[in-house]
Amino acid sequence: MSSSATDISVDLAKPPGWNRPPLIEPDGEGELLELAMGPHHPSTHGVFRMDVALDGERVIRLKPVFGYLHRNHEKLAEGMSYLASMPFTDRLDYMCPLTNNWAYALAVEKLTGQEVPERAEYLRVILGELTRVVNHASAIGFLTQEMGASGTPLMYAFREREKILDLFEALTGARMMVNYMRFGGCRVDATPAWLAGVRKVLDGLPKFADEFENLLCSNEIVMARAQGVGILRPELAVNAGITGPMLRASGVNYDIRKVDKYGIYDRFKFRVPLGDHGDVYDRFMIRLLEMRESFGIIDQALKDIPGGPVMDPKAKVRGFRPKAGEAYGRIEGPKGELGFYLISDGGPNPYRYRIRPPSLINLTVLEDMCLGSNVADVVLIFGSVDIVLGEVDR
Amino acid sequence: MIISGTVTKKMAPQVVRLYNQMAEPKYVIAMGACAISGGPFKQGYNVLKGIDRYIPVDVHIPGCPPRPEALLHAFITLQKKIDGQSLTGENRPRHLNVEAQSEFPVPVQGEHDLEPASNPGVWPVEIKTGTKGLGTRD
Amino acid sequence: MKTVEEIKAAIDAAVPGAGVEIVPNPSVSAQHSLRLAPEAAVAVATFLRDDAELSLDFLSNATGVDWPDKEVAEKVKVTRLVTKTVDGVETTAEETVEETQKHVVPGCLEAVYHLFSVARGHGPVVIRMKTANRTDGVQLPSLTPVWRSAEFQEREIFDLFGIVFTGHPDLRRLLMWEEFKDHPMRRDYVEPDDFEYEPTAHDDVLKRAEAHRSREQGSGIRDQERGVEAAQ
Repeated sequence: MSSSATDISVDLAKPPGWNRPPLIEPDGEGELLELAMGPHHPSTHGVFRMDVALDGERVIRLKPVFGYLHRNHEKLAEGMSYLASMPFTDRLDYMCPLTNNWAYALAVEKLTGQEVPERAEYLRVILGELTRVVNHASAIGFLTQEMGASGTPLMYAFREREKILDLFEALTGARMMVNYMRFGGCRVDATPAWLAGVRKVLDGLPKFADEFENLLCSNEIVMARAQGVGILRPELAVNAGITGPMLRASGVNYDIRKVDKYGIYDRFKFRVPLGDHGDVYDRFMIRLLEMRESFGIIDQALKDIPGGPVMDPKAKVRGFRPKAGEAYGRIEGPKGELGFYLISDGGPNPYRYRIRPPSLINLTVLEDMCLGSNVADVVLIFGSVDIVLGEVDR
Repeated sequence: MIISGTVTKKMAPQVVRLYNQMAEPKYVIAMGACAISGGPFKQGYNVLKGIDRYIPVDVHIPGCPPRPEALLHAFITLQKKIDGQSLTGENRPRHLNVEAQSEFPVPVQGEHDLEPASNPGVWPVEIKTGTKGLGTRD
Repeated sequence: MKTVEEIKAAIDAAVPGAGVEIVPNPSVSAQHSLRLAPEAAVAVATFLRDDAELSLDFLSNATGVDWPDKEVAEKVKVTRLVTKTVDGVETTAEETVEETQKHVVPGCLEAVYHLFSVARGHGPVVIRMKTANRTDGVQLPSLTPVWRSAEFQEREIFDLFGIVFTGHPDLRRLLMWEEFKDHPMRRDYVEPDDFEYEPTAHDDVLKRAEAHRSREQGSGIRDQERGVEAAQ
């Protein structure tokens, strides 16, 4: 496990034939067993189907099938104004609504060139990192549930999640679908009492991370089941467009917070954990370490947050018509790179509104990672990709 | 069965099939605005405007998303509903009633929409079309 | 990072006859794009990925856009022979008249790709490809052999817009079911009419909703508690 250095070069030597998954020949006699895992299945994270062909217990072929939650968000947005799409972005990746809001606000601010006040930027960072903590804690909890821990570590994670969701409710009025970010700032200002509440929750979080780490990371079962399973090579990861903790677990040092420096992330000191092997265990540990880095970022933001407005007073939020043109804005969401591509034709509604879903693109290599492993490992590998169907299908 | 979240037309046949496979006595809770009527995504070509088009629903939980307390209230409401049913007479539950229908036809994914657009015994309003697609409306 | 002009010069030097044009972006984001001709697209894409300076090894986003046919009305000056009667004498003379002519600009479908570089840390470089028209000439070369992340995204563009990507290893629908026939994200798609009424009723729907309401008055639980008489 190495921390980030300042160079971001990675050796991308490309052996031939690496672009497609390798063929596995079934050995022995008999037929292949074709199994449809899903769409209604206890271990798929939502309505998702995998058609696997098995030779005994080994996976020979795996085809993912989605679309069971396709709610045509992109088409709806073409008929609504820019602000009206904001509540729909909450429902994309419904575990992390605040980072979805932030990505959309960033894309529109790129399109129109609006400035965001300082205090709003700090609030965005605090809320974004709290969302990252929530997401990574739940992801690790669900991963242990898929290993067979029957929900108890998940409930430890959810206990912390509840504390953070109470903070969100105190600030924005809703636990989950917050609809909080606006183009040019945030909707509501935070009171000093709320910031003190964040400080109180933050003081309890490192202890929770220690507890999780002790409980799970020296656990024999976790190590035996997760190490060496679902290996993803870095060249394939970059070429397949993988982003987020999956990419960094394969050893590629690419964190959009460091590369693009959107918002005010260049003011914070934090490290980017990298993995060595690219297996399920590395993705597990990367999420845990990123949670710890998020604690540091929230701590720095709470110390430095200035006063002032949270919304640009000259910003026109409703009924605004951006100039014709297009923009692509992206953030480092907890699941990966969440980007919005907007084409404006000068009217109040976007002409084309496209969401770049990290979960969908991270699933491109699901087949590559699962070939040759057992069915039980497929569940684990799929859990380590950490997808949310609302984002895959939009 | 708790149906939480949006039911899309791609998923609807699976949900109806699952309902048919459930053993009696069976109850359905539709959780969230999307499962009740399509919710915020009602103008969707792939969104089913409420799962009660195809299967009977006992308790509806409004909200987007519903609060945890609302879900608990729904369970209590369902328990009260079950307590209110008697063993004989008009008010008896479905599994004691020979004529009551407990399996419903599964819709088929057609070229433009699900066919049929709703199950006639379950959804009282007649929906005119399920087969319009590209082109002009008549 | 190189500007769009420099990238175009580099492509023209490496892949002769590539047919690359710059598409300026009038918005503040200044993310200009390069339009590629479909014939040389895979060669250009391979150059962009393998070049030592550009090193655009990461395809972040691939999407489709629908530009439908547009009817354009123009005022055109036309010289015509006009017969006029002047003082009882018929003369034909040439006159310049302004008239409005309408013609249809055919639409197309477009695929847009956003490229970044993990090795160098720069981006985005936007490339686009247009199809010939929206009806039968909807083929474009697939960039999946160059960047694997295009695999699912090109399937989605095929599903929702109808662009057929030649050279894609597994082109089938991604989000809609297999028997579905339409391409829903196109601007002229008419969705199935399966609403039972409008949420905000007006005109004759409002009359029907009010009749419904008066028929139902008194039958609800709260009305019974308040002792409201049921209407007949």
